Amino acid sequence: MNFDLQYMLEISLQIAKYIPITLVLAIVSMVLAIIIGLVVALIRNSNIFGITHVAALYISLFRGMPTLVQLFIIYYGLPQLFPSLTTMDAIMAAIIGFSLKESSYLAEIFRAGLNSVDKGQMEAGLATGMKRVQIYSRIILPQAALNALPATGNTFISLIKETSLAFTLGITELFAEGKMIASANMRFFETYLVVGLIYWLLVILYSWIQKYLEIWLSKPLRR
Amino acid sequence: MINVRNLTKHFDKKQVLNDINLDIKTGEVVAIIGPSGSGKSTLLRCLNLLEKPNSGTIEINDVKLDTQKYKARDAYQLRQQTAMVFQHYNLFKNKTALKNVIEALLVSKKMKKEEAIQIGEDLLKRVGLEKQAKQYPATLSGGQQQRVSIARALAVKPHAILFDEPTSALDPELVNEVLQVIRELAKEDTTMVIVTHEMQFAKEVADHVIFMADGHIIEQGTPEQVIDHSLNPRTQRFLRQMGDESDVAAR
Repeated sequence: MNFDLQYMLEISLQIAKYIPITLVLAIVSMVLAIIIGLVVALIRNSNIFGITHVAALYISLFRGMPTLVQLFIIYYGLPQLFPSLTTMDAIMAAIIGFSLKESSYLAEIFRAGLNSVDKGQMEAGLATGMKRVQIYSRIILPQAALNALPATGNTFISLIKETSLAFTLGITELFAEGKMIASANMRFFETYLVVGLIYWLLVILYSWIQKYLEIWLSKPLRR
Repeated sequence: MINVRNLTKHFDKKQVLNDINLDIKTGEVVAIIGPSGSGKSTLLRCLNLLEKPNSGTIEINDVKLDTQKYKARDAYQLRQQTAMVFQHYNLFKNKTALKNVIEALLVSKKMKKEEAIQIGEDLLKRVGLEKQAKQYPATLSGGQQQRVSIARALAVKPHAILFDEPTSALDPELVNEVLQVIRELAKEDTTMVIVTHEMQFAKEVADHVIFMADGHIIEQGTPEQVIDHSLNPRTQRFLRQMGDESDVAAR
């Protein structure tokens, strides 16, 4: 069989050098997406007339377009309208694209998480003379975080893998490096298998972190 | 002192509170009784604006509020005057018993941590739960949770404490430990408004009893007047029903 294990081991290290780029793309985008998603979820949950519809439109728009199309609009399209954006580097464009995309998913996840917290928690806070902002930040968000964690984790796992789309903007990350090595050596199966296994490894690593995060967050709720 | 004038509240088209007038003196213990759906819990929840009344004025300890035009800051001011004990305790699930008690002290009263902890520990001791200070609500029994929630209400030194059926969600054997804590408070001139189904308890702790039905205050007076010697047929019918139920329970 035409399969070279020795070659696989050799290129593994070479490809693994690009793990940091993939992680930067995934983690920075995720942090931004969490911030934007939380704001959108809170707005969507507020009863302020008009703004809730804007939030709903935001979610619908960014959830409704393929990630690849969004990346192209941002990186190749926007500089046409705003020439000053021609200097925008590809990594920045990718991070903007990913965080807008993921934030629209997270907004819905966070909204469900917030709504899953018992209404009595807010009432108890108000009745003891706390302000809404204080109740949200100290009582409701920590409880909502636990409820939203599994779905948020899934979103992050998808994001780790979606960062491979960044190669279309000319960013050399895990997948792009694999693609180049594969073409150079004409060993497609082994190379892409290594790339796939590295993504898998990253996802396993994250799942393990999430497990401990969940244990830590659910500490107060265990009997 | 709590004064309520011409308070009304309706949910959609259903009138829940009908022109309610109420005067509660400082240090007085008032029990509100009545059949379910009579509006007694809604009345209590209007006093701290957890329900938004449709009209009327509420005055608690010099903070006066017109329910038809008030700002968020006015609501905040009014809520500072009271604390509430809920039927389902509503303890902060992500905080320990002690943290539940001192949360408002740290956050709203900006008290120093050591000072707040001292007050919190004293209050937990007072409700007999000093050993449970570090436990989370999920690990406490219903009666213990309700006692923590009473300590939480006391911590902010409110002008009045509002009790919304504090024992209705408890297993029968846990009711008394909670009532005992409230009895102690009643002795100490704490102003309290208690919505309750425990007639015997109401008779025992209340200075004043209000009977409500269909969104109206039907009758009010001393416990003897309202519970023992009511001349009002509506009150009599309600008390008879309650009596029958407790007979059944006793058997």
